[in-house]
Order: sequence, then C-alpha cells, then structure tokens
Amino acid sequence: MQAELIDIRNHMAQYPPFDEMPDDLLERVVESIEVEYFRAGTQILELGDQNTWLYYVRSGAVELFRRSGELYNRVSEGEIFGQFGLLMNRKVRFPAKALEDTLIYRVSGEVFKYLFENDDNFADFVEIEDRSRLRSALSRREKSNDLMTSRVTRLISRATVAAPSTVRLQEAARIMTDHGVSALLLMDEEGDKPLLHGIVTDRDLRTRAVTEALPSETPICDIMSEDLITIKSTAFIFEAMLTMLHNNVHHLPVMEKDEVRGVIALSDIVKYESQSSLYLVSNIYHQQDVKGLKKISRDVRDSFVRMVNEDANSHMIGSAMAGIGRSFTQRLLELGEEKLGPPPIPYCFMALGSMARDEQLVVTDQDNAMILDDSFVPEEHDAYFLALAKFVSDGLAECGYKYCTGDIMATNPKWRQPLKVWKDYFIDWIDNPKAEALLNSNIFFDLDGIHGKTRFAEQLKALVAERASNSQRFLTLLARNALNRTPPLGFFRTFVLEEDGQHRKTFNLKRRGTAPLSDLIRIHALACGSRAQNSFDRLSAIAKTKLIMDEDLNNLRDALEFISIVRIRHQALAIEEGREPDNNVRPQDLSPFERSHLKDAFQIVSNSQKFLRFRYNAGGGRNA
Amino acid sequence: MPDVDWQQRFRKLAQDATHPLLKAYYEAGCVSPDTPVSEVPLVALDFETTGLDPEQHSIVSVGLVPFNLTGIQLGRARHWVVRPKLPLHQTSITIHGITHSDIDNAPDLSEILEEVFGMLNGRIAVVHYRDIERGFLDVALKWRLGEGIRFPVLDTMAIEAHLHPDRRPNFWQQWMGKKPLSIRLADSRKRYGLPHYAAHNALMDAAATAELLQAQIRHHFSPDTPIGDLWL
Repeated sequence: MQAELIDIRNHMAQYPPFDEMPDDLLERVVESIEVEYFRAGTQILELGDQNTWLYYVRSGAVELFRRSGELYNRVSEGEIFGQFGLLMNRKVRFPAKALEDTLIYRVSGEVFKYLFENDDNFADFVEIEDRSRLRSALSRREKSNDLMTSRVTRLISRATVAAPSTVRLQEAARIMTDHGVSALLLMDEEGDKPLLHGIVTDRDLRTRAVTEALPSETPICDIMSEDLITIKSTAFIFEAMLTMLHNNVHHLPVMEKDEVRGVIALSDIVKYESQSSLYLVSNIYHQQDVKGLKKISRDVRDSFVRMVNEDANSHMIGSAMAGIGRSFTQRLLELGEEKLGPPPIPYCFMALGSMARDEQLVVTDQDNAMILDDSFVPEEHDAYFLALAKFVSDGLAECGYKYCTGDIMATNPKWRQPLKVWKDYFIDWIDNPKAEALLNSNIFFDLDGIHGKTRFAEQLKALVAERASNSQRFLTLLARNALNRTPPLGFFRTFVLEEDGQHRKTFNLKRRGTAPLSDLIRIHALACGSRAQNSFDRLSAIAKTKLIMDEDLNNLRDALEFISIVRIRHQALAIEEGREPDNNVRPQDLSPFERSHLKDAFQIVSNSQKFLRFRYNAGGGRNA
Repeated sequence: MPDVDWQQRFRKLAQDATHPLLKAYYEAGCVSPDTPVSEVPLVALDFETTGLDPEQHSIVSVGLVPFNLTGIQLGRARHWVVRPKLPLHQTSITIHGITHSDIDNAPDLSEILEEVFGMLNGRIAVVHYRDIERGFLDVALKWRLGEGIRFPVLDTMAIEAHLHPDRRPNFWQQWMGKKPLSIRLADSRKRYGLPHYAAHNALMDAAATAELLQAQIRHHFSPDTPIGDLWL
C-alpha cells in the first residue's frame, strides 16, 4: 500500500471487523479497494447480480432490502454489506440502494476470501448474521414499522388549501367547508413567493370563534395560530406523529425548503395506521368528563403493547406514552378550567421527569408543578389554583397515573409558586448546591411546559442552561449523586442480582439501567448548556460540543436504546400475560441474545460512569 | 468549453515528438471526442509544488491514481517525492509536510518519468486546477527532455466554476453578507457529501479529485456524456 493512503487505512481501522486486523492484512485490504461514488437514490446492487466485492460505506448511508422489497437493514459510515452474497453463491442477496450521497470502498472478493480464511475475528464478524453488535441488533428491530420507514409526503393527498391572512372569519369557514378541509393555511404574497403566516383549524373556529361569539367579519388573523410548528418533507411519519404528540397540534404544514408542500392532519396518520397511539390521543380530546377519560385510559396499555409488537423503538414508544400522558393532563386542565372558570392570572402547568423527557412508559407516577404569573397574590388566587391542581391530580390518578410518593405535584403549595420564586429555587439549587437537596430536586431538571403560558417554563429552561454549566460544584454534586446507582454487573461480566426482599434474584432495569443513564446524560447536557430534555436529543446536543467522543456517544445511545427496549418488552409481556408490569427482570427470562447485549450495554453504563467521575471530579461516589 | 479534437492533435504530436517517452505517449493515442465518459480510462494526477509559477518553482511530489467512472483503483495508486531544482521554500514545507531530508534522498523527476508515463499512456488526466499540472509538467519536460508536452485534461475545478457562474456575489449581495462560493477541492467535495480527508499529499489529493469527478458526473452529467464535452 502506498503510505500516502493512510487516511483510508485509518478510517477503516476505526470500525469492526477492521479495527482488530493486523496492519499487513489491513494494508492488503486497502490495496484491493476500488472507490465509487453513488448519488442518493441510485441502485448499488441489484438482486441476483454477481456479487464479487465486499462493500464498505466510507460516507453516506445505504439501505438493504429483502427479496420481498421490505427494508432489511440500513448501513452507514464504517459499516459493511455484501458479505452474505460473497459467502453464499456470489449472487446479490440483499439489493442495496444509496439512501444518501454515498462513497463506497469496494474490497475485492479475493481479499475477502483470504481474510475469511486467515483472520478468525474477521470470519466471526461476517459469518454470523446475529453477531454481537448492538447497533445491527437495534437497526433490525426498527424495520418492520411502517410509520418509521414511510415519509410524511405519502400522507399528502390534496393540493394545499390557502387564503390570504386578510380574509374574514366567515369567508375562511366557507373555504374550509367547500374544500372539505379541517385546516386552512394563511399565506401572503411577499416578494415573488407566498409566505406562510399562520394556520386556522376547525378546532380554532369552534373554541376561539364560536364560543367567544366573534362577529363573522372578524379578520382571520385575529384567531389564527402564528409561530407555526411545521415538519420537513423528508421526515418520517413517526416523526410527524411525535411532533404532533409533543406540541399538541393536530395539523402540520409539510415544508420543502421554504415552500409548503401540503398539510397533514392527525386524522391522516390515524387513517394510515389505525392502531396508532394518535387515535387514542384524538379520543382523549373528545371526552367531556373525568369518567370518560378514565374509561379510555384502559386503552393506554393496549396501545403500548401494540407499539412494542410493531417493533417501534424506545424513543417512539417513550414519546407516544408521554404524549398520551400530556394529552390526559391537558384535557383535564381544559375540563378543570371549564368547571372552575378561567384562571384569574396566567399560569403554566409543567410536566417533570420522564414525561418532560418524552420517555414515559406504562408504570409511572405523576410529577407536575405550576408556575404562576408574578402578579400572584396567595389570598386572592391560590384557592383557584389549588382546586385546579387537585382536579387534575385526582383525575390523573383515576386514569392510572399514580400520585407522586415524593409529593412532587402541583397540589403541594411548594410546587405551586410564581415564576420569580421558581427562579429563586433553581438559582439556589445551582449556586448553593447540597448533595441531599439535589437528590430530591433532580427531577426538576427535566421540565416541560404543557399547558397555559409555556413561555414561563422556557424561561426556567433558559435559566438552567445558562447557570448550570458555570457551576462546577453543582455538576460535581450531581455527578456524585448519579454514581450512587451502578449497573448490575459484577466480575467476569455476571449479573449482580438483588439478594433479598420482594425482588430477590432479579435486577432492576430502571434503577440500575435507564435511570443512571439518563442521569449521566442530563449532567453532560447541563454542562453543555443544552436546553434539550429528551435523552436522545441531549446526546445530539452534547455531540455538537465535542465534550464526549462520537464513538462514546454512539455507544451511549445504543446502550440507552437497548436497555430501554428490553425494559419495554419486559413490561409488554407482563401486560399480555395479565400480570402487573414492573422493572424487575430475572436473567433466565431473557434470551441469550438479550443477556449478552445487556451486558455490553451495562458495561457502557459502567465505563460512562467512570468518565463522569473523572470529568466532574466526583471522586466521592460510593464506588470510588 | 473550447472544442479541441485531441485525437487528431495526438496523431500530429506523435509525428513531431522526438523523445521516445513522448512519442510513445502520443502514439498510445487519445479517445475520440464522442466517446461516453463512462468508457474512458482516466488517471487522476496531482503535483505538490514549491510555488505557483512553473517557470520559477518546482514539483516536489507526484500522485497518480488510475480510475474510471465506476472505480478508483487504490492498489495501482502511486506517489513519489522528487528533488526540486530550486531550493525548498520554508512555507511549502509546512503545507506539504515534505522536509529537507525527504528531498535529499529523493530522485530527480527524470528518474521516475518512465513509470509516470506508464500510468498516463492511454488515459485522460483528471486534475483540480489544470494550470498547475499542465504547466509544471510541460516546463519540467522541456528542461529534462528538451521538449514540452500537450495533453487534454478534465479539470474538476473548471467544472465547478462552470456549474457556479455566479459564485462571486455582486456588490449588493456582498453588502447583505453573502459569501463567495468556494471551488477549492475540499469545499467542492463538501457539496457532494464527500468525506473530509485530513492528509494533504499529492496522492490523497489525486484520489480526492477522482472522487469529485465521479460525483460531478453523477450529479450534473451522465455516464453517456461525450468526453469531448468535458475535456479542455
């Protein structure tokens, strides 16, 4: 090999199976390479073609398909494909197509054969389909879910219906009726192309126009929603679903660059996938009382099990469950406001913990709080907010969201305070941190406004993002607390099981797995000044700062996904068997595949905790 | 782009050339201008030099990679450091990472010409910014063989320039903060999603140029585009 090709050699040396290959073999690989560029959307391998090369993705992404046309796997930078064809009959087994603009290094079949016969590590890697690589295990699980592989553009069924923002209420309603649409885009000519100004939906017409008996001559811009939430035309349907669930909107304009391609409605997704959890969400908003909500809350677990059986990933399930929880909370707040009358001063209802992180599952407490406007006068206003908090909290309990044992609920006067008091709380936690107090306030560092003046919650997020990264002592203490919960891994990679109590001979996937992970991800995110709440989003935010190496971030992402999905499947199985779902798993209930990958994942948690201790100088942890 | 029939020209040049290396090069011939680019054997060529002026500066290294539209053959790639006629300037050391001791042990260009032509014969050269490779090779051969060289090139930089005629913002756009679009090798590659290469030596740059040409053709031309539309 010409030494000047070192860049190529070094790239391959980062990825298995080349990472453990002796230098002379790797140089032989590089010498056999032919490089080819494929534009996004072009076919790389056709079914039945001769397959005489091993394909290494240098940049870009490639999709592999089954004979049936079903997506089999997605491979990206540093991954290989074509090995099965080479091993079998030198015929292409999985046709491959460039998903993005892709640069491929093709390794010759002769060298492949030589490696296969002379390098055991290489042979093991390419031979076994279910090989021990978390990532491929995960990517396979993502495949069969249609919502995850179809683009939103598939749901656009009609030309966009739009009107200038100067039209009157009555005219807008007429246009919507004539076209049979539930949303109208308001667009104005600005320069040479139309600019999207707002949207009005039939729900807006009902709640804002009809209930307030606005005159039919009211300009539509008085009731339209501005600051639109939109989605890119390249997004997958599940992303649209998550966006709707998260923001509680039922219509999304689909944007291609700056232009509107169309609008998709919640009902379009429900029609496309009638089993989707969005159906449940739309049903929640149709309920007129707590009794009705309680009745449909029984469907939550079915919805959960269905998503698990459809191979949704943990991000999707966590967001969907959080979205459902949010919707129950929002509907209860609406019903509460109807019963008690409009709030005397503005307020924001805030979700905390897993709901704020979009990582909720079926076994969950309610953790919430209220931020009140600074004009709050307890004697005048608090009776109202206490009654509202109690209405919501009791309603949530009826719907299966247990009261928080730590009393972190808006019914607790301490967590029902004006914005300035909340700011003082956070400043105190961050500037004068005390380990004990932080253990209890940890949950407030995952927060999200879900009703009312959500801007209040944004102000708190901004405050945290700004201050936390500057308080070394705060980060150190958070890290020290986070190190108290370790993964259940002993010497020689055996599982460490609980020795006594009700959960003897099990280990807890939340306490020993996902919780320590989300704790450590939160700390890095706070150190980076990120405002993200979801653990996966936080990892992406951390990636931008280079605080952690990309490889380690990918490992963290995979570990979180894997532990979460095992936990999710464990709970779904319990529900299907009529048992109460929990987080305690017996090793013998896991498949050998899951056991082996869980150990890999726990090892990643353990390594990441070591880095956390070192990074934030948190040597005082229990396992120091 | 100027319409030159290099096939015709090579016949004439073969008759006129006296040095056997050059005669053999022209006699290996040139494809006809209507040959689809997908059928043309190509070779990416890159020189590192001590400066920009062929009359004043020298070649310090040569990278060559044979390729075509569907494969860049790394196993046949070659790289040489050669001893410049003129002293190595301090700044070019920092750019190329080639040091005085590398140079002291290096051959003169004349010693590697046979191997270089072995790879050029029958192939169309692909470069990024033709003035360097064409100019420097011509002058270097005049010095060493007593006669210069004429040859067609595909210039990936010229292609980028052609694709982005308005890359320099006008006064008004500049005032609005618009930046000129760069057609340098690394920046051009970014537009096609090609990876960043950390190393800058004549060989990696030649390979990077070959990849860029593949990408340009896949995005803006077609495998059937006649070579005569592309060469200069």
